[in-house]
Formats: sequence, C-alpha cells, structure tokens
Amino acid sequence: MNEMSIPDTQHWFTIGRLSDIPRRGARQVLLPRGPIAVFRTQTDEVYAIDDKCPHKGGPLSQGIVHDGAVTCPLHNWVIDLQTGDAMGADQGCVRTYEVRKDADGLVSVSLSGGSGKAE
Amino acid sequence: MTTQKLVVIGNGMAPGRALERLLEKAPDTYEITIFNAEPRVNYDRIMLSPVLSGEKSYKDILIHDDAWYAEHGLTLKKGCKATSIDREKKQVTGADGSVVDYDKLLIATGSSPFIIPIPGKDLDGVLTYRDLDDVEAMLEAAKSGGSAVVIGGGLLGLEAAAGLKERGMDVTVLHLMPTLMERQLDTAAGYLLERAIEARGIKVRTGANTHEIIGEDRVEGVRLDDGTELPADIVVMAVGIRPNGDLARDAGLEVNRGIVVDDAMQTSDPDILAVGECVEHRGTAYGLVAPLYEMAAVVADRLQDGSATYTGSVTSTRLKVTGIDLFSAGDFAEGKDREEIVLRDAANGVYKRLVIQEDKLIGIVLYGDTKDGAWFFQLMREGASIEEMRETLIFGQNYAGGSPLDPTAAVAALPDDAEICGCNGVCKSKIVGAITEHGLTSLDEVRARTKASASCGSCTGLVEQLMAFTLGDGFVPDAVQPMCGCTDLSHDDVRRLIVAKELKSIPAAMQELEWRTSCGCAKCRPALNFYLVADWPGEYEDDYQSRYINERVHANIQKDGTYSVVPRMWGGMTSSQELRAIADVVDKFGIPSVKVTGGQRIDLLGVPKENLPAVWADLNAAGMVSGHAYAKGLRTVKTCVGTDWCRFGTQDSTGLGVKIEKMMWGSWTPHKVKMAVSGCPRNCAEATCKDIGVICVDSGYELHVGGAAGMHIKGTEVMCSVETEAEALEYCAAVVQLYREQGRYLERIYKWMDRVGLDAIREQVVEDEAKRTALFEKFLYSQRFAQKDPWAERVAGKDAHEFAPMNRIAMREAAE
Repeated sequence: MNEMSIPDTQHWFTIGRLSDIPRRGARQVLLPRGPIAVFRTQTDEVYAIDDKCPHKGGPLSQGIVHDGAVTCPLHNWVIDLQTGDAMGADQGCVRTYEVRKDADGLVSVSLSGGSGKAE
Repeated sequence: MTTQKLVVIGNGMAPGRALERLLEKAPDTYEITIFNAEPRVNYDRIMLSPVLSGEKSYKDILIHDDAWYAEHGLTLKKGCKATSIDREKKQVTGADGSVVDYDKLLIATGSSPFIIPIPGKDLDGVLTYRDLDDVEAMLEAAKSGGSAVVIGGGLLGLEAAAGLKERGMDVTVLHLMPTLMERQLDTAAGYLLERAIEARGIKVRTGANTHEIIGEDRVEGVRLDDGTELPADIVVMAVGIRPNGDLARDAGLEVNRGIVVDDAMQTSDPDILAVGECVEHRGTAYGLVAPLYEMAAVVADRLQDGSATYTGSVTSTRLKVTGIDLFSAGDFAEGKDREEIVLRDAANGVYKRLVIQEDKLIGIVLYGDTKDGAWFFQLMREGASIEEMRETLIFGQNYAGGSPLDPTAAVAALPDDAEICGCNGVCKSKIVGAITEHGLTSLDEVRARTKASASCGSCTGLVEQLMAFTLGDGFVPDAVQPMCGCTDLSHDDVRRLIVAKELKSIPAAMQELEWRTSCGCAKCRPALNFYLVADWPGEYEDDYQSRYINERVHANIQKDGTYSVVPRMWGGMTSSQELRAIADVVDKFGIPSVKVTGGQRIDLLGVPKENLPAVWADLNAAGMVSGHAYAKGLRTVKTCVGTDWCRFGTQDSTGLGVKIEKMMWGSWTPHKVKMAVSGCPRNCAEATCKDIGVICVDSGYELHVGGAAGMHIKGTEVMCSVETEAEALEYCAAVVQLYREQGRYLERIYKWMDRVGLDAIREQVVEDEAKRTALFEKFLYSQRFAQKDPWAERVAGKDAHEFAPMNRIAMREAAE
C-alpha cells in the first residue's frame, strides 16, 4: 500500500484548533482503535502519528517535543514526526497521518492517507 | 660567583613577575628579601573584580603561594612595610625594626588610590578599590544589602559598581565627565556603555561633581554640587591612582609624579631599580598590567647584568565586566589629518571605530564585538600600513584578505612578537616555544607554563588556535563532555554562562550559547529549565514543555501509560482520616493497586491520566498534597519514631523529619533527593544510605551526605555534627542549595560529592559560616516561589488541556 490517496472529505476529520495544542506539545485524539497523537512544533507545524512508540508502546503524546521530533517518555526513543521513523540507532516506525490547517486555525486529520509503513 | 643580596620593596604583580623571570634564568645569583606591606602572598590584582562579583575566589587569583617563596628560598616579610632606605649603608629598615642589607634594591611600592579631598572622606564606609582588603570590606557591606555610591566612572569604578550590584546592592555611579571612561572611549562607545551599565540596574549620573560625603560616624549619603543628596551605606572612591614615591623621595631619589627611571629601569641611584605603578618612565606613569610586565622583564634582565631596555608601552584597555565587551587602544581624538572607519550594528549592539593617520592605525574603539582587538592592536603597534586592506579592515582579520581565513591560518599569520595574552604580556613565540620545548598538549599545561590565558581568559580561543596551529592533529582540545548533541558546552560551562550572562530563558540561553538545534532536545531542555529555575528564582518562568512528563502532570508514568499517585505524608506520619480518604479514593476511582513505598508513603497505581485532577481534588479535600514522588526534587524524609515512642531514641527524630520536609518540599534539585532522620545510631530510618541523612545522638545531630541505594549502593559520609535542631535544618538546607548550584542535571548527590569532594562541601557548608548562611537564605528565598501544591493548582484548572483528549472520533465515523 502506501499509495497517495487524494484527500476525500469522508476521511478528513476536524479535530480542533491549532491553539488547542501547546507549542512544543501534543494532544491525544481518541479513536476506537487507539489514540493518535497530534503534535505542534515550535514553528507551528502540525503532525499526527499513532500514539504508540514502536519500542514498547509508550504514549508518544506525553514526550518532549523538539524541532520536528518527539522523545518517548518511557525509554527515550526519538521519533521523527514527519516520517514516523525512529531516529538514531533505533529501528522502528510509527504510522503517520496527513494533517491540514485551514485559515481559521482549524486542524483536520486524514484517517485514510499517510504512511502505512507500520502496519 | 658570590651571592649578592637583593631587597625588593613591594610584593605586587610587577616585582612578582620580575622575580619569576630572574629565578627562571639565574636562580642562585641573589639572596632575596621581600618587604610586603600586605599580609599576603602575590595575587592577581586585575582579577579583584571577578572576586567581588563572586565569579572567582581568592584562591583562584593567587599567583605565588607560600610554597613558591619557600621553594625558591625567598624571605617574604609579610605585613612588614619598609620604612626607610639608607643609601649610604645600603640598608632597608622595616616597620618591625629589622634592618636588611642590599647590594641591589628594587623598589616596587605601587600606587595608592586617589582620595578626593572633600568633607567626609574619612568617614567609616568610605572605601577604595585597590586590594583584597577593599574587596573584603565591600563584600562585608554588601551582605546587608543597602545602597552604594561609586565615585568614578572609569575602568575600576565600573567594575566595582558591577560587582556590588551583583552582590545585591543598589548602586549609583557618579562620574565627573559627560561620558563614561572618557580616557579610553569616544562618546558613542561611552553612550553604549552607559546604556549597558544601566540595563544591569546600576544608576549612572554623568557630569556629577561630589560636594561632600555626609554622615555622623559613618557614611549616610553623598551630596552633589547641585544639592542632590543620594543615600549610601558605602561610598567607593575610584577616581584614579597616584604612584607611591614617598619612600624613594625620602631616600633622596629623583621623584616627579612617580619614581624617575631610565630605559634600564634604573633610578637616580645605579644600585636601585624601580618597577611597576610607582615609576615614571619618559614622563609616563602606567596603571595597566601589560606595561608593568614589560618593565619587569627588563628589570629581571638588568639584575643579571643584561642590557635589555624598556622604551615605553602602547597600552590597550579591556573592561572586565562580564557580558560587556569593550576594547580600546591608542588615540581616537578627531583631527584634520585623521580619518576614521566606523561600523555600527545597533541591533547587535556593536560599534567599532578605527582612527587612521597616514594609512596607519592609531586608535581603536571596539564595543560589543572585540574579538579582533588583538589583531588591530598589533597593526597599530607595528605601525603597519593598512592601505591595501582599508576596505575590509573594519570587518576584522578574517575578512582582511578579502575572503575568510580559517582560524589557524589567522594565528599563523601573526608575527612572532604578536601579543596573545594582554593580561600577562605573553607573545606568540613564547607560547609556541613552550609548546614545542616542553611537549605541552593541554590548555592547562600552557597556562601553567606560560601564564597565557591564565588571568581573565578572554584570549583562551586564540591560545587554543595557536595550539592547534603548532600541534596540528596532535592537538586535542580539552575533553569536555558536552551537555548533548545540541552544543559543545559542558553542563558546568552552560551553568556558569547562564549566571554570568544573565540568561533568563531557554531561547536566550540557546541564542547566546549558540545552540546548534533550533529547539534543543529531550536532554538539554529539561537541564536548561532546571538551571534557570534554580538560578533565577522568582524571575524565571518554568517552561512546562521542557519538563519530563512526570513533572508536567505531577504523577509517575507507568509502563501502560497510566500514572501512579503518591500523596505527601510528612515524615511518614499519617492518620486514620488520611487513610480513610485514600481508601475512599481507591474505591471511587477503581484504582487497581495500592502499595507502600520504600520512602514510607502510599502509592496508588494505575490511574488513567484524565482521572488525575479528580483524584487529586479528593485527596486535597482531605488535606493531602502532592508527594512529589515524580520530581527531580525533594522526595521523602523517612523517619523512625524517636523519643516519641522509642526506648532508645535520643532526639525527636520524627519531629525533625517533619520539619525538614515542611522546609524542603517543592524544591527542584538536579536529581531526586531522598532523606531520612534516625533517632539513634541503631538507624531504623536507614539514614546512612540516603542523599542526606541525620542520625540523632545524645549530644545532637550527626549530618550525613552522599549515600545511595539504587543502582549503586553507597554509604553516606559524615559531614559534621551539630548541637541543635535549628542548626541541623540550616546545614541540611545549605547542602541542598550548594547541590542545586553545583550539581549537574541528573547527577545525584553522591556523584556530585565524588566530583567536588567532601572537603569542598565541608569547607563551604560547615567551615564558612557566611557562605552557609547565604546558601540557607538563598534556599529559603527560592522556596517562596517553589512551595505551591501543584495538585491544587491543577484541580483549580491549570494545564487543563493536559488531562483531556483533544477530541474523540466515534466508532461510526472512523470506521475504515
């Protein structure tokens, strides 16, 4: 898989406002199959990934956000928010989701696109 | 060769240097006696300002310790002023009545601060800024805060003002002239300097003429010519110096402003030489260290029957106030035949001005960016033609050739006699020579051998470049463990610079310390946040996003993403009412596990994050607050029952434990701190494996530090014994404060102790009462801001976003 699907309104969900997420922080969005973590960087880029570290399942939304990466609170794996890949010597990948911000500051996430590398 | 007798009057930096040079070359030529009016050995007077501001201690600025005098067989008459010279008999008489014969005499009586002859100048509290006694008097005065008036806005006055401000005084600088440091700076740089000084909270009054100093027995204030009265607890006069020529004059030597010497540093008596601030050479008396060292080298040579000559010095000035970069040299008055090149960068606070006459550099003023000072100064001293590089000259050495050079090429291009270290007058060839001759490989070795970069340290970069240039790949810069991949600086450097540069936010620290990443990482951000919290209590606002999750949500994350909650039980004491409330919380929220911890607390495990505020609300309602079981801070004080119940108890160990915990809860520390108080040496509270432990004994309290019982098992060491409970509290807080100031982030107390040594801790906490009191007060002050129950704050709504999901997407919508 991993084909680029054209964003389909059916799969885009408005999850809240940019201002709901602290800079250099994250919030959880709960899904039936498990939470995803939505990150806002220092420079207001927004990323969404599964809230589950590929190492031992740690909640990445609770980690420290630095530049475009998050450090998992359980064992300090560092995950690249854009690609979902573990950085440094660690091997692993988290599923990422496409995110868009509109002019009013609303943030939406697509639950169909993004990388499916982890699953 | 017969040994001759050399007598030296004065023990300052100039004669110290002369003797050092003499002993290096000809150790056995003379039997040497030194009269020293100060009761000390030779120390680095130009480093008094860092001592005043607290960046260095007396020990750090020693040049020659007692051992050095002993080793070289010198007789040092400490605290003994020379009172007269008999040139007929060739004898010097000391204040203690001793008479010493000489073959050669070296006069180095230095200078005295100039005291303005105004009413009140002799009042108690009127100080000068000349030696360590002055600094000690200022430190004593600064202890009680209050106001200081510094008369004189020159180099010394500003350094004194900055130091006193640093020590917590309210400081005003009075300066007679319209701009500060007018002898070294032009008006533009003077203005920038004034703004920078004022930005530190020091008041500056220029054009201010002091009329009198008011007060009954001691200083109460200063009255200016215009009638203004300024309150003052101390007044520091720093308006200039006057060469001390009285002793020489009384002996019939020629003395004008200073003791007159020729190019051989000889006075009007061929057997008497003079050196330092007391001399007048070709009509000039010098007050800066570099020329004094040049004179000293000539003196040393002449004492070995050499023929070196001193022909005068071109001097440069640097202000030693941390955070203000300023360099000036030469003559920068305007004139018809003079041109100038000026660069201003207001946003970066940079101002550079070069004055040129007939294609030669004759004046330099650098403010804000002084790294090219040495290079410009060299061009000026050499009288080099700048015609070819005029267009790029102002941008400094790297650009002078048109394209940037690599740093070692820049030092390679310097001539052999280029001065690298202005404080100690060390030139390039001396450093290169020492490196190759003695096989030096570290900066410390170069410092020890040549003194280069051993004083103010501003030339450290240049010295390192010179080492790299000389040793090539063999040069390995001092191995410092950088804090993380975002910087080359060590924890200690970062910490020092945060204080020295007054960095008060994470972005400021990253900007000023040239972080490589824009946003740091999970290693450096929590560390920076702690250093800022610890160094600027009440000023720095905690950066929530730079805290590890446990400290952000005030609970401990568990492997499944739930949290554990530990309410505080002061000294391990609880009650039926608290236990009932805990039981109710467990039932109400279906908390799966309840466990008693090793620190005598109750741990509620398996609480989902969104339930935390509600759990805390119920615990708060029963009077319980956060137990900080998650914090790099004080965790628990474990106790035994002491005299309350125990038949062996010697003191109220439980009561003391509760008091310690009430004093210390909420404090942030480099790593967790666990404590215990045992009521007798049977030690039921296991105090001897804690970070800090107290063992009660009949005669009082034994204070232990540096235990650990985690990955490493380590028994404590006894720091000291004290008699009263109040002392036990004060000493414990002082140790913790010292650890807060010196410990590296995530370094436990035992590791910090291994690094700095128990003796150093004892010295500061036990032996130095003033230091202990200061540490204790600093601790209590920062606790005023730290002791807020984080649970109650969050129950009231703080950080609410942290405990609720941003959104929920229901099953139907999200079905794939």
